[in-house]
Amino acid sequence: MHTIKDNPILKREIMMDHYESPRNFQLSNDSFYRQIHVYSQSCQDDIHLQILINKDIIEDVRFEGKACVIATAATSIMTELIKGCSIKQANEIIENYFAMINQKEYDENLLKEAVALETIGKQANRISCATLSWNGLKELLNENEKKQSESNKN
Amino acid sequence: MFNVDKIRQDFPMLQGKTNEGKPLIYLDNGATTLKPNSVIEAVNNYYQNISSNINRGDYKLAYLVDQAYESARETVANFINCQNKEVVFTYGTTHALNQIAYGYGLNNLKKDDEILITIAEHASNTLPWYRLAAFTKAKVKFIPLDKKGRITAKNVKKMLNEKVKIVSITHVSNVLGCINDIKEISKVVHNFNAILVVDAAQSAPHIKIDVKALDCDFLVFSGHKMCGPTAVGVMYGKYHLLENTQPLMLGGGMNTRFDTNFNVSLKDVPYKFEAGTTNIEAVLGLEAAINYLQKIGLDRIASYEKQLKDYAINRLKKLDNVIVYNPEADIGIISFNVLDKGKIIFGQDVASYLSKHGLCLRSGNHCAKNLWQYLNTDSTVRCALYFYNTKEEVDKLIEVLETTTLEKCIDVIL
Repeated sequence: MHTIKDNPILKREIMMDHYESPRNFQLSNDSFYRQIHVYSQSCQDDIHLQILINKDIIEDVRFEGKACVIATAATSIMTELIKGCSIKQANEIIENYFAMINQKEYDENLLKEAVALETIGKQANRISCATLSWNGLKELLNENEKKQSESNKN
Repeated sequence: MFNVDKIRQDFPMLQGKTNEGKPLIYLDNGATTLKPNSVIEAVNNYYQNISSNINRGDYKLAYLVDQAYESARETVANFINCQNKEVVFTYGTTHALNQIAYGYGLNNLKKDDEILITIAEHASNTLPWYRLAAFTKAKVKFIPLDKKGRITAKNVKKMLNEKVKIVSITHVSNVLGCINDIKEISKVVHNFNAILVVDAAQSAPHIKIDVKALDCDFLVFSGHKMCGPTAVGVMYGKYHLLENTQPLMLGGGMNTRFDTNFNVSLKDVPYKFEAGTTNIEAVLGLEAAINYLQKIGLDRIASYEKQLKDYAINRLKKLDNVIVYNPEADIGIISFNVLDKGKIIFGQDVASYLSKHGLCLRSGNHCAKNLWQYLNTDSTVRCALYFYNTKEEVDKLIEVLETTTLEKCIDVIL
C-alpha cells in the first residue's frame, strides 16, 4: 500500500477526487439528523453539515454547500472517516486531525485520506478552510453530549 | 510621456519586495494602495518635527500643526472643488457613510420614507442604510442596474417618488469598475427633492472629482485607496446639509460649551464632526498623497490606467480558460474567474495559487454581497490596477493564468 504521507502525487489525487465527486453530498430531510451551518467569516466557504446519531454510533454524515477545494475535500474526507464510528472513535479522529493540522504528532492510520491535508500549515491562511467542517462536527458532537447528559439527569 | 519606471522609484514597496519568495506584483489596489515616499515622509514629519495636538495648544508648535492640518483641508477642498469648510476628515469612507446615515438620516427620515441604493454597493454603503431604515421605519429599495452593470439616470428616475429622501450610490463599482453618470443622476434626484450621496472610494483615486460639476450633496472617499495612509477619509457635504447633520461622535474638540444643566453647544461645521484627537498623521499623509497624484496629473493617471486595462482585457479575452465579467469597465478593475475543464475554480483557490507566483489579487465577493444575483457567480478574482502597475506585470498574470489548473491550485498546500 502507498502511504499518503510525503506523497504529493497521491495527495493531489485524493484532493481532486473528493472535490470533483464529494462523498455523502446530499442533505437528508429526516428530522432525526442534527444539522449545523458552518461558514467562513472571511471567505466564501459555506457548508451545511448533518449527522445522524443512533445510541453511540454516528450512522450517517452528510453535507451540502459551496466551498473551495480545500474545504470541500476536507469535508468529504471527514464524512467518510466518521460514518459508522462510535462517538468515542469520532472524537479520537477529530483530535488527531487537529493535531495534524497544528503540526503535532498524530496517528496516520486513524486519519487515512485526511493525511492529504497534513501540510496545510504551509498556507496558514487556508487552515480555516481545512477545519471549517471539522469544527462544525465538533460542535454537533458537543451539542449531542449536552443533550445526552440532560436526558440522563431527567 | 508617462514614465512608469520613474514613478515606481517613488514607492518603497516596489523596490525589490517579494511575495512567497517571488518578485511582488501588487494587483489588489481596489483593497488598498501602496504609498510613495512623500506620503511616508509626511507621516514621519509629523512625529519627528511637529508632534503636538490640533485645536488645543497656545504654544507655537501646536499652532504649526493647526496650520498644517488646515492646509490639508484646503488641499482636499481644491482636489474636489469645494469650500474648505465643506471638508470633514473622517476615518474613512465607512465612517463617512455611517456619519451621513445617522447624522443626517435619523433627523430627516420618517416612517415609509424611502432610501434608494443598488445591489452593486459595498457593505459600507448598504448596511448603514439597512440600520437607518430599521430605526426610522423607512424602506431601502434597490435601483436596478442596466445590462452593463451601470446605474443610469433613467433607472433612478423610475424609482423616484415623493417618499424618496436619500439616494446613495457608488461613483465606480468596486467589482464592475464602471463610472456612473453622477451629473445626470443628481439632476433627476434633485427634481424629486431627495439628496444624493456618492461613494467615491473607487473613483477619487483614479479620476478627477469635481463636486460642483457633479452637483452631489455628499461625497465620500478614503485616503488609503489613493496612496494615502489608512484610517483617514473625507466627507464632503454641501454646507447647508452639513449644518443640518448631527455629529455621530461627541467629545473633545467638537464642542464650545457645556454645563451640568445639559446645555451643549457645538463648534461650527466642519469641526463639530471631528471629535477626539483625529488621525493627524494620516490627514497630513493624505495631503501629501493628493499632492503626489496631482503632480503626476489625474488625467494622465486615468489615461495610463485605461491603456493598461485595455491591454489586460485584450490579453485575458484570448485565454480560453478565463471568464471576464466586466470587459467594458471604465477603470482598471477586472473581475474574472478561471475555468478548469469548463468548471469555475473557486476564487480563493486561484488567488492562493497566484500568490505562489508573487501575484497579489483578491478573491471573493469584495464586500458587495448583493451583487452576485447580477453576476451569476458567488465570487470572482479581482485584478485592480493602479498607475504604478506595468504591462510586464499584466504579462506575468496572463502567463500564470494561462496555465492555471485545479491540480496546480491544490499543489500549493502539498
